[in-house]
Amino acid sequence: MRIESRRRWAIAWLTGPAYLWLAVTIFLPLSAMLYFSFQKKGPFGRHASEFSLKHYEAFFTKGYLQDLMWRSLEMGFHVTLLCILIGFPAAYWLARRIRGRWREALFLLIVLPFWSNALVRIFSWTIVLRPDGVLDRAVHLVIPGLPTIDLTDSYAAIIIGLVHSYLPYMILTCFLSLQAIDESLLEAARSLGARSWTILARIILPLAVPGLAAGSILIFVPVIGSFFEPRLLGGPKGTVIGTVIEEQFTVVSNWPLGGALSFILLAIVLLILAAASPVLKKHMSTT
Amino acid sequence: MSAVDVRNVSKRYGATTALDRVSLAFPNGSFFALLGPSGSGKTTLLRALAGFVEPDEGMILIDDQDVARIPSFRRNIGMVFQNYALFPHMSVFDNVAFGLTVRRMPRADVRQRVGEILELVRLDGLDQRKPRQLSGGQQQRVALARALVTEPRVLLLDEPLGALDKKLRQDMQGELKRIQRTVGITTIFVTHDQEEALTLSDRIAIIDEGRLIQVGEPGDVYDRPHTRFAASFLGDANFLSGPVRDSGIMVDRVGHIATTSPLPAGDATIAVRPERIRLVACDAATQDNRIEGRVAERVFSGASLTYTVHTDAGPLRVLRQNADGDVIDIGERVALVWLADHSVVVEN
Repeated sequence: MRIESRRRWAIAWLTGPAYLWLAVTIFLPLSAMLYFSFQKKGPFGRHASEFSLKHYEAFFTKGYLQDLMWRSLEMGFHVTLLCILIGFPAAYWLARRIRGRWREALFLLIVLPFWSNALVRIFSWTIVLRPDGVLDRAVHLVIPGLPTIDLTDSYAAIIIGLVHSYLPYMILTCFLSLQAIDESLLEAARSLGARSWTILARIILPLAVPGLAAGSILIFVPVIGSFFEPRLLGGPKGTVIGTVIEEQFTVVSNWPLGGALSFILLAIVLLILAAASPVLKKHMSTT
Repeated sequence: MSAVDVRNVSKRYGATTALDRVSLAFPNGSFFALLGPSGSGKTTLLRALAGFVEPDEGMILIDDQDVARIPSFRRNIGMVFQNYALFPHMSVFDNVAFGLTVRRMPRADVRQRVGEILELVRLDGLDQRKPRQLSGGQQQRVALARALVTEPRVLLLDEPLGALDKKLRQDMQGELKRIQRTVGITTIFVTHDQEEALTLSDRIAIIDEGRLIQVGEPGDVYDRPHTRFAASFLGDANFLSGPVRDSGIMVDRVGHIATTSPLPAGDATIAVRPERIRLVACDAATQDNRIEGRVAERVFSGASLTYTVHTDAGPLRVLRQNADGDVIDIGERVALVWLADHSVVVEN
């Protein structure tokens, strides 16, 4: 019995700090926000705390909030899809074609955007994408007759900026998955009569699913909550659920509505992950 | 089932020559071992047969068709990899069925073929397992079944038993031989293990530094090695050298050593297997050849003992069966005797 209780103490001592850390950094702020989201008014001025569901009701009664939520999910889907379409081939190329010093150099180029401030990065894109900007000039240098390219305040600009910001996650996670695939598996498939496309579809892609899934989650979740990229690159067209939530805190001071919308967003993310988890589990367990 | 013919195949990697004009015929239905130390080029040759390495020169004929420049997926070969290379995300069934589904065989036929082949390798009932749920020996069988299910023209094995422990290796040797005989497929396997080559194959090719040293049946290659390398790589050997003198050589400070093999002019080297030498008392009756010496070392390995005897011709090793349990003490003077038939002339 004594050994048993000492063991329990040891476990408590060893895991305690981690749980405390989680409690302070995640659980407490989240519960505070949860509390506010069920209040009638924010913590400003003198009024008694009053329980209310009206901010959650607002989401379900005001159609524009649902539209914006849908817009954010669509944006997350588009950005993730583009990151897969660009990131997977890039990771494949890095993992299986490039060797030695070139690979290091290319890795540096991929990670480089991470070292610059996100705001600076997004502002730079506005310079690139505006009329008579870098992109416009470059295109006209090649094909002079084209009309002016103006991507300022457009959905395309938001997507470009977000893809650029989040692409490295996809490349890195896919790279790790692809690099772990033993060359002899591909040789075995080839010796059994499989051509390159068959090998890609039946061996490489299934084995890269963990990387694709991890990358997609790392991209999709922050993108649907993003606010400054849509605002800076989309201007008036850049209103998404993320910008609305941010405004509730910084402009309108309606913390309860901001909190409620945040929790609805969180719930949707969790629902999507739960729906995807059987598929993920199946693939993750094989490697 | 097909005959494979390798003609003048060379492969260079930068300054190193992996294969140097190798010509080798693999008869239809044979179980052929490519034996050599690591880096000898034996694996390069196997990979060239599989289509993973394109030779710089030469032809590789399977059924009289040159496949040297035909991609792997159109060669119809079966290959078992050293690490088995089973697809980790597929069940045993899907692994084995892979080659058939790639060929777009109807589902019912696939099911039947896979069932038959799993029965042949004695894995029936495990078809829904994942590779990581299998033991090493079972994985080996899956790899074999996967390679055989498409009825390939040639079966290639890369160090097939290298990853298994000794007991399992011996069991699998028997299994491999049984399966090969049942299917009757031309089988070529790479190994650095001389015992494996001797027990499994009906033909052995010894390869060293990218060149073919000797080809033949295991007994022939063992009894009549052509070179010093062949004699010492396949089994163990003592070497004696000296100028040629009437059907033998004169060895310094020892005298005449007789042989029945044909001798070159000038100097020659003779190889004698340790188990072909008998250790006798100094006053016992002699055989064709006799050298006296003092026992310097004795290594006990269960069924046999290996003695190192210091003689005037240098240290010589003698293998003696542990039949009656009598042991010769270190320091004792003995005579080493053997027949002229067992003196094999080898090239240096």
